Amino acid sequence: MTLSETRPLIRLRGRSIMALVLAPEVPLNNWLAALDAQMERSPNFFDSRPVVVDLGGVPREQHGVAEFLQLLERRGIRIIGTEGAHPAWAGIEAWGRPLPASAKPGRPIEPPEAQSGKAAPPPQVEPAGPSAEANTLLIDQPVRSGQSLVFERGDVTVLGSVASGAEVMAGGSIHVYGTLRGRAIAGLAGNAGARIFCSRLQAELLSIDGVYQTADDMPAKILGKPVHVWLDGNHMKISVLE
Amino acid sequence: MGKVLVVTSGKGGVGKTTSTAALGAALARSGENVVVIDFDVGLRNLDLVMGAERRVVFDLINVVQGDAKLAQALIRDKRIDTLSLLPASQTRDKDALTIEGVDRVIAEAKVKFDWVICDSPAGIERGALLAMRNADVAVVVTNPEVSSVRDSDRIIGMLDSRTLRAEKGEKIEKHLLVTRYDPGRASRNEMLKVDDVLEILSIPLLGIIPESEEVLRASNMGSPVTLNNPDSAPARAYFDAARRLKGELFEVVVPLDRKGFIGRLFGRRVA
Repeated sequence: MTLSETRPLIRLRGRSIMALVLAPEVPLNNWLAALDAQMERSPNFFDSRPVVVDLGGVPREQHGVAEFLQLLERRGIRIIGTEGAHPAWAGIEAWGRPLPASAKPGRPIEPPEAQSGKAAPPPQVEPAGPSAEANTLLIDQPVRSGQSLVFERGDVTVLGSVASGAEVMAGGSIHVYGTLRGRAIAGLAGNAGARIFCSRLQAELLSIDGVYQTADDMPAKILGKPVHVWLDGNHMKISVLE
Repeated sequence: MGKVLVVTSGKGGVGKTTSTAALGAALARSGENVVVIDFDVGLRNLDLVMGAERRVVFDLINVVQGDAKLAQALIRDKRIDTLSLLPASQTRDKDALTIEGVDRVIAEAKVKFDWVICDSPAGIERGALLAMRNADVAVVVTNPEVSSVRDSDRIIGMLDSRTLRAEKGEKIEKHLLVTRYDPGRASRNEMLKVDDVLEILSIPLLGIIPESEEVLRASNMGSPVTLNNPDSAPARAYFDAARRLKGELFEVVVPLDRKGFIGRLFGRRVA
């Protein structure tokens, strides 16, 4: 008789999370004071957000880097790793947790001003599926009335139409290969370079980086046409693609 | 195992109940075993359109709550014996429906019948969601006007996300049934054209039911239009739609009422 042992199955899953990157500058004391001032204005900004400390800007001869990281943690900043740490620094091994070299640098985020008492927004739920790796979300069916599609990390491409009463929001640009009848909101997280493209414009609202136009504002001669929408300063420009 | 079909629309008054009765009777006349279930708890109408309002003893809520057996609540049609009705309760509301109860009733009905046709209430709330929950096939009833089309679009989105099939990652078969279509008004641009509706909703067309007083007359007689006047234009359109539901493929045309000389002269039919 053989004894069959039931071994627990180890499951591994890939997951991506959004981390804030703090890049301290020397002199560290001045930088800490500036950070304190910032945290006073928006006390909950770092709540439950993972933080990576980029030490690339700290010179090699700097002393007390490990203690400096401790000071950051004491302020409630959750350090999940460091970048650019120099192995010669005393005590840095404990904080080393270096990130894989392939980690992308990310782009600057403006800390909110005077957001006192307001809770930090909940962490974003990452969309599942293979498209989550690329920074484009591909939707191969129509977006129906009442549906709201939000993709903060990049562009959205819709192969069908976006119905009246539906909305598509993207951190980057929005491409609609069908008719855009609902709302398209591009450049969600403050990206003025985002653009909107659609093969037929019947939109209820277009917005890029907070600048918006409703259907009433759109010139009648472009309705029903394939268009390209972008921002020129604070002005929304729409041109017909032909 | 029978197929579960939901007749839905989002908007009220577009012809869900009329279409449920007409399609149910048309399928039953072709030899299929059909039950039509009224999910509009509190505002039941299907019993009236089917002419069975005086024969209701038990209803959907009684079966859902286990107070009556399905067989006790079913009302067999007097004209076609392969057609049955499970009426809604008029005295209760949609909160009396439970998910487990509805699932059990549908599962039981699927064993007994070839087609289980669920007549959805208007709206996008509990009643409509429970009516579509178990569906394999959906008939989306739409009038050729903008508010109906947008509501149908909303319902199609819910069919793709809130049904059991969608939750399992399977597709639900969706068909568009355009009702109250008036070719004259459409050609004068007083009504959306069918092509425009199809372009917006992008689901296959099951049929176009022309606007006709025959529909109202049949309702008032308590008879599905496909039984009351099988040769009328709306009835022929419903018969064609029923054949397409059974998988036949043929071109969609809008049948027209044949008007006599007197009718043409006065622009309406002599009653």
